[in-house]
Amino acid sequence: MIAYIIRRTLYAVPILIGVNLLTFFLFFVVNSPDDMARMHLGMKRVTPAAVEQWKHAHGYDQPLLWNAAAGGAAKLTDTIFYAKSVRLFMFDFGRSDEGRDIGYDIRQRMWPSLAIAIPTLLIGLLVNITFAMLIAFFRGTAFDLAAVVLCVMMMSVSTLFYIIGGQFLIGKIFDLVPISGYLPGIEAWKFLILPVAVGIVSGIGMGTRWYRTIFLEELGKDYIRTARAKGLSERLVLFRHALRNALVPILTGIVAVLPLLFMGSLLLESFFGIPGLGSYTIDAINSQDFAIVRAMVFLGSALYIIGLLLTDISYTVVDPRVRLR
Amino acid sequence: MPVVLWTDALLYLLVLMVLVYALRVRRREHLRAPWRRVMQSPLAVGAAVVLGVYVLIALADSLHFRPMAKGGGHGEVISVFDYLVTPLRTRTEKTYSAPFATHLYAKEIIELGDGREVRGYPRLVYGGAHLNEPQAQRAWDILRTSLRALVEAALVSLMLSLLVLTILARRSGTTLRESLRRVLGGRTRGPWRTFLGTTALLIALLFLLVELSADYHVLGTDKVGQDVLYEAIKSIRTGLIIGTLSTLVMLPFAIILGVAAGYFRGWVDDIVQYLYTTLNSIPSVLLIAAVILMIQVYMANHPESFSSVTQRADLRLLFLCIVLGITSWTNLCRLLRGEVLKLREVDYVQAAAAFGVRHGNIMLRHLVPNVMHIVLIMVVLDFSGLVLAEAVLSYINIGVDPSTSSWGNMINSARLELAREPVVWWSLAAAFVFMFALVLAANLFADAVRDAFDPRLRRETA
Repeated sequence: MIAYIIRRTLYAVPILIGVNLLTFFLFFVVNSPDDMARMHLGMKRVTPAAVEQWKHAHGYDQPLLWNAAAGGAAKLTDTIFYAKSVRLFMFDFGRSDEGRDIGYDIRQRMWPSLAIAIPTLLIGLLVNITFAMLIAFFRGTAFDLAAVVLCVMMMSVSTLFYIIGGQFLIGKIFDLVPISGYLPGIEAWKFLILPVAVGIVSGIGMGTRWYRTIFLEELGKDYIRTARAKGLSERLVLFRHALRNALVPILTGIVAVLPLLFMGSLLLESFFGIPGLGSYTIDAINSQDFAIVRAMVFLGSALYIIGLLLTDISYTVVDPRVRLR
Repeated sequence: MPVVLWTDALLYLLVLMVLVYALRVRRREHLRAPWRRVMQSPLAVGAAVVLGVYVLIALADSLHFRPMAKGGGHGEVISVFDYLVTPLRTRTEKTYSAPFATHLYAKEIIELGDGREVRGYPRLVYGGAHLNEPQAQRAWDILRTSLRALVEAALVSLMLSLLVLTILARRSGTTLRESLRRVLGGRTRGPWRTFLGTTALLIALLFLLVELSADYHVLGTDKVGQDVLYEAIKSIRTGLIIGTLSTLVMLPFAIILGVAAGYFRGWVDDIVQYLYTTLNSIPSVLLIAAVILMIQVYMANHPESFSSVTQRADLRLLFLCIVLGITSWTNLCRLLRGEVLKLREVDYVQAAAAFGVRHGNIMLRHLVPNVMHIVLIMVVLDFSGLVLAEAVLSYINIGVDPSTSSWGNMINSARLELAREPVVWWSLAAAFVFMFALVLAANLFADAVRDAFDPRLRRETA
């Protein structure tokens, strides 16, 4: 088991190197730092001196891969590749194009993101499983069909409309909670309740339908027939047998997304003005802060790989048939 | 003078591919059977009719040309669809106006005939301009026009129904009356009742919109006075292009790499797996953001490469499709690899290998046709997700060009107007209705296709 985890962690290294090379290629080879400087300074009346100054201030004035002018190991380390890409491996994110410490910002903004993401995930899971079991209980009836059609209709509405609708109804017409903003500490609940509710409602369609298929698949299996043949009530069959086994694919699916919760929800956070990592990313994209985008790409892929590893491990925990070698 | 944009060419290439596929299906019974099953589901047929209307509009909107300007030379690039709805396109007001409004949304200083000035809501230039006393006449006028439109629509629907009924009666060798009874009772082989019902509904809607928008702005106007209905219909092309071209772009990669990885195994498999794990591990929004930002930088630094705004916006749309394709091909690739890993052990593949058939031929003749159902299911399932993704991406400003009409751009610009009093809701409502209809139809159709083509599901129902 431990050997397996170590090997899987080592597998992650080439993938992270790949991600790093890809972002390096995208950000520094497709467009030279000169292009970026000109973009930031505005297109008109850009003097070469201003470009040089911008590049120097942000550390883009070094050679890309090989610094022939430096001596010894500095030939490799005094380059953009080393300074901007290799350092990410040590989770040293450097400074944003505006000069702020990205690592510090991420540590600060992680918490509001989690404060939205965790309740949304947990309550959403509970709601979706409840609905899915209800539909599975009435499978094959008109209620089942109506519920599935309703789920498809809910899936067909863009998340944007859920957010706008929620803000408009709850925030503006009924004036129950503030539309956007955030306060640290215990006061935060007022600002969190609406985004969490919107997040849950927008996920119901997709989630319920997905869990319903899992339940139906479980209900078609032989052990369920055995349980019914023993004369167990439908309630016992559903809760004691089907639910427990259906939880295996559901839980392992959730473990995969757990680490990504740190990244926060892009749309919810930016619409509701919550200072989490999602709105951080969107702000960076809008202000074209390449350093932050690079850092988030690396962080996102690192978390994704952790998620993959956790999924494999969780299989062995919940399903004794799976053995990892 | 015709202008061929990149996305136009690719869209028509896609249409050609669909036609070739349809011809192949016609000649092969094992391919026809699942499609027949799709077409027997009433929901799928209704959805297909709606999708068909969307596709027709998008195709008409994808034939671009440069009309001769009045003073010689060439004007802006417009499409055949733009030309057909010239009144809708050119009748712009000053700023916002509500649906069916006769007066502007914002107060202005109006000069009266006798030289005095008052602050009030000025009359619209086009909306309800034929009415002398809008307050009193408007409701009656709208009602009369709608009734006329509905009667016309009923006539057209009736003629279409008669045509279909005659064909059905001829085919089954019964009388017209008997075939009418069968259609109404839902006892035909295909769900003709649903087909005729949906078509009649759409025809009625079409006539209503055409008749009413001759005199009014049916869905109001937006900030710059452009008709919202026109914007919403123009957005159909963007949505469909994102939904279809993205998959078209990714298909070759996914099929070639997925099949090769499953067939050759060993180091080929390792490389392909490494490729898609790496790409998959980057959160897709961030990858799209990174690529689009870089394209923006490139376009800002090389303005000379783009001859017109339309072409520039078109190229950005194409790049968005490519990026969306790159972020979504990994899923299909993984599925194909898994399926081919199973298929390569099957007897007919082993036999082909024993006869010395070349690798390329085995993959092309024996493996690819047998995984095509997975490709088809994935393509259809992905479509609605891509249409929804476009709106989100445009909201974050990494979607289509701001000058391209798209539902995302409409939502983005209308979002802030909800704070106004009275609320400017019509742009959002229009984007919502048009998007919802497309995505819902696509989802329903995709479900039917999946049910018909997925062999696992078929066994359970049989």
